[in-house]
Amino acid sequence: MNTTLCISSIRPGSPFVALIEKISGQNLLACYQCGKCSAGCPMAPHMDVLPNQIIRLAQLGMKEKLLTTRSIWVCVSCMTCNSRCPKDIRIAEVFEALREMVLRDGSRDDRLDVRELSPEARGALPPIAMISAMRKLTS
Amino acid sequence: MKLIYYPGCTLKNQARNFDVSTVSSMAELDVEVEELARWNCCGTVHALASDDVMHRMAPVTNLIRVKEANASEFMTSCAMCYNTLKRANIDVKKRADALETINQFLYLEETKYAGDVDVLHLLEYLRDRVGFDKLAEKVKKPLTGLRVACYYGCLLVRPKEVAFDDAENPVVMENLISALGGTPVPFPQKTECCGAHHTVGNPEIVAERTDKIMGSAHEQAADLVVVSCPLCAFNLDFRQDDARRLNPDFHHLPVLYFTQLMALAFGCDDASLRFDLHHIDPLPALAARGLA
Repeated sequence: MNTTLCISSIRPGSPFVALIEKISGQNLLACYQCGKCSAGCPMAPHMDVLPNQIIRLAQLGMKEKLLTTRSIWVCVSCMTCNSRCPKDIRIAEVFEALREMVLRDGSRDDRLDVRELSPEARGALPPIAMISAMRKLTS
Repeated sequence: MKLIYYPGCTLKNQARNFDVSTVSSMAELDVEVEELARWNCCGTVHALASDDVMHRMAPVTNLIRVKEANASEFMTSCAMCYNTLKRANIDVKKRADALETINQFLYLEETKYAGDVDVLHLLEYLRDRVGFDKLAEKVKKPLTGLRVACYYGCLLVRPKEVAFDDAENPVVMENLISALGGTPVPFPQKTECCGAHHTVGNPEIVAERTDKIMGSAHEQAADLVVVSCPLCAFNLDFRQDDARRLNPDFHHLPVLYFTQLMALAFGCDDASLRFDLHHIDPLPALAARGLA
């Protein structure tokens, strides 16, 4: 039986990687995978791909995998990862860049539809909750 | 001299108790507070994308209003407004090109922004300008015996360029509670995120956070939790029923703004406290310590 190992999606230095670095302002190759970001992440239990794994996938330019993770919508930019990274990488900015790539591509693939909320929920939620959710999850 | 005060949207809506207690307690401290004229939304969350200049317009417009009030600094008590305004300010001070773009876009404004306004949080103002020793002298009704868990969340201590206290173990609120005569309790979860905007689309995530954070306060035998962020307040207070459904052993605890405890200790009236706006009524916990 022939076994084929396909590494064709791995493109370090691709335009996709360059775009993540441009939007986030971060040098992805500075990460040495210590895992501290994932260890302290309060949202990690709700993520399918952990923050350190997101950075690794970003280094390798695995676009399709990254842009379809649940994780990028779970991150709330609490900055715990940024604050503890020994390499001063702003991981939250990388998550923001990935969200922006999905929200900016013109397909209006929003992750929150305010019309689906009940009038009771809309009445009770403070403006700070509604605006921050729409800023993070809608184009 | 008057201190310019930026309340923010939520303090004029669900968090009116934060607004009135801020203004009343500052009056007791003999600080003349003036609400910023024509303020607008702070932007709520900082734009993390380096090429997103548009979402820095709202904070910068507020900084222009401060200049128009002939002030070089202003104070806000909302942690979220503080974080967004301060980060946008740091950002445009560092990036002349972004500031130039913003000023050009805001061409109808008579005042141009030049990075010449400072953003202060009320806790920072109380610690560094008023001083907790002087603040303690104004206490008429000490919070004797009241066990308080001080919750900072994310926005007062992260990222480091906006933090005015240690990122992992801040103490400014504990020192305030001590000055008011109360007893701050150790609180390992004090800088853990509450789940923030997931309260809109995924409240089950917030319920899990609320269970963990409030559970930690209860383990320390806290009577209540104090906060500085109206989103944390909403999540930790109004999501307690969801936390109870998740964990039958969950114990309800009231969530107050630190300014409400100041106003209480300074002897302000009920209209300055607005305990009617809470989901979990703070009065039984306060009454048990002889404070209500």
